[in-house]
Amino acid sequence: MSLLEIENLSIRYGAEAVVAGLSLTVEQGESVGLIGESGSGKTQTALAVLGLLPGAARLGGSIRIDGKEVIGASEAELNRLRAERVAIVFQDPLQALNPYRRIGSQLRQVLIAHDIAHAAAADEQVLEMLARVGLPDPKRQARAFPHQLSGGMRQRVLIASALLTSPDLLIADEPTTSLDVTVQAQILELLEDLRDETALLLITHDLGIVAGTCERLAVLDAGRLVESGPTRRVFAAPESGRMARLIAVAPRLDRGDTLPPVTGDPVFAVRDAEVAYRERDGGRLLNAVCGVSFDVRRGETLAIVGESGSGKSSLVRAALGLAPLASGRLAFRGEPLPGSLRDRSLSTRRELQLVFQDPVASLNPQMPVAAIVDEPLSLHRPELGVAERRETVAAMLDRVGLGGEYHRRYPQELSGGQAQRVAMARALITEPSVLVCDEAVSALDGRVRRQILSLLKDIQRETGLATVFIAHDLAVVRGIAHRVLVVYLGRHVELASAANLFDKPQHPYSRALIDAVPVPDPVAGGAGTPLPGEPPSILDPPSGCAFEPRCRFAHARCAKEAPFVRQVRGARVACHRADELDLSLRAP
Amino acid sequence: MNPAGKTSRRLPDWLTAQRSVRVSAAILGAITLAAILGPVLSPHDYLTTDFDELTRPPSLGDGHVFGTDDLGRDLFVRTMLGIRVTLMVAVVASLVSLVIGVSYGAVAGYVGGRTDAIMMRLVDALYAMPFIFFVILLMALFDRSLFLIFVAIGAVKWLDMARIVRGQTLSIKNREFVQAARLTGVPTTRVILRHIAPNLLGVVVVYVTLTIPQAILVESFLSFLGLGIQEPQTSLGTLVDAGVPHAESAVWLLLIPATLLAVILLCFNFLGDGLKDALDARRRR
Repeated sequence: MSLLEIENLSIRYGAEAVVAGLSLTVEQGESVGLIGESGSGKTQTALAVLGLLPGAARLGGSIRIDGKEVIGASEAELNRLRAERVAIVFQDPLQALNPYRRIGSQLRQVLIAHDIAHAAAADEQVLEMLARVGLPDPKRQARAFPHQLSGGMRQRVLIASALLTSPDLLIADEPTTSLDVTVQAQILELLEDLRDETALLLITHDLGIVAGTCERLAVLDAGRLVESGPTRRVFAAPESGRMARLIAVAPRLDRGDTLPPVTGDPVFAVRDAEVAYRERDGGRLLNAVCGVSFDVRRGETLAIVGESGSGKSSLVRAALGLAPLASGRLAFRGEPLPGSLRDRSLSTRRELQLVFQDPVASLNPQMPVAAIVDEPLSLHRPELGVAERRETVAAMLDRVGLGGEYHRRYPQELSGGQAQRVAMARALITEPSVLVCDEAVSALDGRVRRQILSLLKDIQRETGLATVFIAHDLAVVRGIAHRVLVVYLGRHVELASAANLFDKPQHPYSRALIDAVPVPDPVAGGAGTPLPGEPPSILDPPSGCAFEPRCRFAHARCAKEAPFVRQVRGARVACHRADELDLSLRAP
Repeated sequence: MNPAGKTSRRLPDWLTAQRSVRVSAAILGAITLAAILGPVLSPHDYLTTDFDELTRPPSLGDGHVFGTDDLGRDLFVRTMLGIRVTLMVAVVASLVSLVIGVSYGAVAGYVGGRTDAIMMRLVDALYAMPFIFFVILLMALFDRSLFLIFVAIGAVKWLDMARIVRGQTLSIKNREFVQAARLTGVPTTRVILRHIAPNLLGVVVVYVTLTIPQAILVESFLSFLGLGIQEPQTSLGTLVDAGVPHAESAVWLLLIPATLLAVILLCFNFLGDGLKDALDARRRR
């Protein structure tokens, strides 16, 4: 008898079937990956296993745990099931934790509610479990509130909370999607470590994650199982076209062409930018960005990469004039550019445009699509008549792939990908020379992300647009960037051509970022190598090199002296040891 | 279509989605219509006293559908006039609070910094004033008039509105679509008018519908104390006040205006709550 047997499961809401005819088993101690893009029914399946679906859901088929039927079970039976057999870890750890209770007391509550331990023993068990999931200094952390922990630490706490009941099956629903790549690798390593204790059902859209973690895979597409089998077999010889396509288009860091460098004068240049924020109530000045320089040329894409909190958004926002620049110089086409938006002429404002991460938040919910795109046009081309403007707007929307039926829609009525197209149309309608994309595809699904990226590439080819592309994930950047700037804690780490950075990184942090990305190939790569530790806080920056506390190659000197940016083997690197280290991924 | 678009075209869709909203709006519409047309169509007027018809109970036969009061005046016409005054006080007072509150709150929120701090501390200081005392003082110092009641109620109710609008403005001005507009060079006034104001609209509409019943209550309360509308003019509060001494002998004098007052209050409250729910639902979507 299998631990979990799902047989011919269907989930319907009214007339809409979100899952149909799904069969899946998980054996004792096994690790199974459930793959699909958003809307494919993965999460619904997970919730069905736990009996957590809303009352409106109509279930068919059978879900058995150790032979016991879940569908139609009473609330008491389900509670016992959730207490003893199955636990779940959700995507967003902040939402899954109670913000008003200390971590320790939340976990303690789990033990006491399930009668697993008595008050006296509970505290000790909680601390043990927190240590088990790799929380540093569990005694202190147990007294922290959820918001005081980083995303990675919160996810560890959630895993600890799930493991307290010693479940036989742990369901992890996109457990690393909201985390940085380096932290993602840490969490995957933790899940791997737990394999002796529990079976794992890992739900994700990311093939790289399952390739290194799971023994078997099941692939969902629009609520139907299209493929299942051992991981190696599925990757080596996918039976379904769907899976074959997913494998073919999965972003890979370890292969694929990088774009050659672009020559020419910089269109937009930022020199020694510093951005500082005042702590609340007139406290200290905190440096979010410390002396970073970059430039971007016509027809070039410069990627700026770093973990969350690395200051990449602060940097470009200050460069665009949306936040004050503490010091530094800006230049547009060789002419000095004032830091404040107010001092910039309308014609230069036209030239620098921005696309945001959250496409829906960046569109005014009270304006229809055509009006959103028309606003910058009417401002910058006042000589155009209404009819001409309408034509230009329609042509622009058409260019980003939105036909006439979208003109009257409101942002809430668009999907994320459509909204991002509108945001791009709004940015491009003034024919800017520089476009900044601030994590513009991070919130989008795999397929939509690829469409937006290829659209961006096409437009760049046609118009010679200079693009600054901000991302936290190197895998997204490969294939679209000509050069890459890596930043860490608001400091320059490495600036190199894409080919150099991906094959011969010169800085240990660049290499760690590359290593952390899981490779969607169970033979060649698998799960990424975690970079231990957490990015330091700008509240308390390390003296010397900012990366020193997490660096494998750190010397005594690194803790004392901050490195200067210098030229090493074709890259601009800030590392004392760059000359002596060879961090290449492939033999030259 | 006009590419510039209309910004508030979508509002009615969600505003009328809730049944409580539609039903309350219908009842309020009917009452308002009756209040406007009733006195015109009725053969009686609100002033003429008829000493043969003192305190007649309601009957359909002689045209006094709501009966007459102790001075022989037609209660139907007087009630309808009372509704007119009550609704007018409520709506005008709410509009006063709307205009002052929205502009004050929007400026404080958008300018921010020290200006915001000073403006909002002033609001805090005004909150501390005892309202009834303030109104009684006003009434004692100046002639009692309808206008003064508008001013008194509006002057107090705008404080809440200012706080709500300021909070909303603060959150909207940092939203990304406002940044996008600023980046591309949209002038400040247009940012406020096209990007901030329309997004305030939902909250403001809801809040106004919740302010109206409060204003009605305050007016009725003042009239009941004898500080409000003066005879022979009337309002629902004055009618209730006049009806109380006759509660045993001529109960309709109390019951009819009191019931109508309650219905109007309930309708506005349902309307406000329904709109609030609709707004929340739209937010969550």
